[in-house]
Amino acid sequence: MTSGAEISYKQRRRPLTERLLDTGFKNLSVAMASMVAIILFGILIVVFWGSIESMGRYGLKFLITSDWNPVTDNYGAFTAIYGTIISSISSLIIAVPLGVGTAIFITENIIPEKISNLIGMMVELLAAIPSVVLGLWAIFVMEPFLRPFLTFLYKTLNWIPFLSTEPVGPAMAPAIIILVVMILPIITAISRDSLNQVPIQLREAAYGIGATRWSTILHVIVPAAISGIAGGVLLALGRAMGETMAVTMIIGNSNNFNWSILAPGNTIAAMLANQFGEADGSQVSSLMYAAFILMILTLGVNIFAQWMVRKLSLKY
Amino acid sequence: MTQTKTTSHITKSDLAYDPGLNRNIFNNILTFTTAIFSFVSVLPLILVLSYVLIKGGSQINLSLITQLPEPPGDDLVSAGGIGNAILGTFIVTTIASIIAIPMGVGGGIYLAEYSNGGWFSRFIRFGTNVLSGVPSIIAGVCVYGVIVSTKIIFGANFSGIAGGIALSILMLPTVIKTTDEGLKLVSDDLRKGALGVGASKFITISRITLPTAFTPIATGIVLAIARAAGETAPLIFTALFSFYWPSGSQALFNPIASLSVLIYNFALEPYEAQNQLAWAASFVLVMLILLTNLFSRWLRNFTSINKS
Repeated sequence: MTSGAEISYKQRRRPLTERLLDTGFKNLSVAMASMVAIILFGILIVVFWGSIESMGRYGLKFLITSDWNPVTDNYGAFTAIYGTIISSISSLIIAVPLGVGTAIFITENIIPEKISNLIGMMVELLAAIPSVVLGLWAIFVMEPFLRPFLTFLYKTLNWIPFLSTEPVGPAMAPAIIILVVMILPIITAISRDSLNQVPIQLREAAYGIGATRWSTILHVIVPAAISGIAGGVLLALGRAMGETMAVTMIIGNSNNFNWSILAPGNTIAAMLANQFGEADGSQVSSLMYAAFILMILTLGVNIFAQWMVRKLSLKY
Repeated sequence: MTQTKTTSHITKSDLAYDPGLNRNIFNNILTFTTAIFSFVSVLPLILVLSYVLIKGGSQINLSLITQLPEPPGDDLVSAGGIGNAILGTFIVTTIASIIAIPMGVGGGIYLAEYSNGGWFSRFIRFGTNVLSGVPSIIAGVCVYGVIVSTKIIFGANFSGIAGGIALSILMLPTVIKTTDEGLKLVSDDLRKGALGVGASKFITISRITLPTAFTPIATGIVLAIARAAGETAPLIFTALFSFYWPSGSQALFNPIASLSVLIYNFALEPYEAQNQLAWAASFVLVMLILLTNLFSRWLRNFTSINKS
């Protein structure tokens, strides 16, 4: 009896159901992980497939002509591409100092921890506000409030091509401001994380040799955290390019090209949101082409961000 | 002419903090600047929240959440309620969760428990990051192209199902990442212990590692749901909008209302009553999302206190 039990104990064969369950579960999880790749390639293929007709007709000329006319069935996306790039870059220029500055302010023991946690939490909550609500706020509160300032800018600086039209309502400039509000939380949160990860010894060493707080921050801590900060900035750039709702509601959706940021403009994402539902025929294909360009832009920025984080990260 | 001091000439006052020194002035200026920056960063949240609370909160009453919205017209005193939009947001978000949570948790389990750092898992991690950067409007365009225009799902074109699928694409990367990171926090000793006493890999994962990592995973999923509930771009040409209650057996295969699309549509109407309804809907949506966020924070803090 005992020896029999011993043998079965030594050579416990796993029952068939257990083995099936095990391999089945593993394969299931592999299949679910593959869904990411399938969806990603699926999106690329669908958008590319949809844009083939328009690509064949316009080729690269699509990128540099600004004529978007559903009546004559002639399309060029320069207005939207210009709008996408100018709005995302300008919002980044404003948001990076604000976001990184806030992150430094709340990580460097300048104020009591309770207050800095509160500021951090508030910036995180800002990220949770849906963009359509920010758009609503932008239309009814922010734009009327900003208009006197923009009019003043126009009156004093209208010799600059970027400020050469009179502000009359929805325009590129308020869209840039609302984009700043939307990407600020990303930059702040990621910069804060990377600053927090800088080893305390670096800070202590810098203070120990007599560096002031800000020379420590500027020469030791920020350089050490630069990979994370740069990655966050690039992620924010990708987000700004693809941001749709708030921008659509406030940018004015004009198909006519204008250098001025005080005039109504367009971005690729806003154009899609605005026209895709009612489009048919070759307009759909042209919109898909524009979507494909947006996809390539954001993919490029995101992949570059991941590469940069790996490249720049210091090892301690 | 400046006089170089030798060590013996340094007095106590030379070592004391001197606010007049250039470097100290520089320090104070920069500290002050970042303080202003922080204030500016916090300002939008305060402004947006207070406007939503005042303009939306003042309209909250029972009929708002039980009635249907009125189609836009010029002589309306009130634009009705947002009952169907609240219900629609719950339905569409639920569909998205039913698709994205099992898929995302499964993918996360693969990355954290099965993968050995080979090319496939590196590619999936990379793909997850890339997918989370895909603009939400592109997800909408894609679902429109695959599902809405082809009527592939039981002949339905604009439908709650299509909207849910579009939202699930946005949720998926977040769920995978939180599951992956949550499972990585689980101590390896637990896994080895379970395998050592003869548990199969499946039992180890389902009875030991997943329950241990429940809190971080649940927190991440709650945040992903909150984010999906506020999304508009993927819904405007997949779920579209409806002025009626979702009802009957075809409810999921017809256009369905949601809070976010209602805000978008009614904000752009030229009528005051519609705009007011958009503010009311914003109030409800923001409250839902903020409560979910606070709940997930509480979940995280609650368990971290218990552990320590």
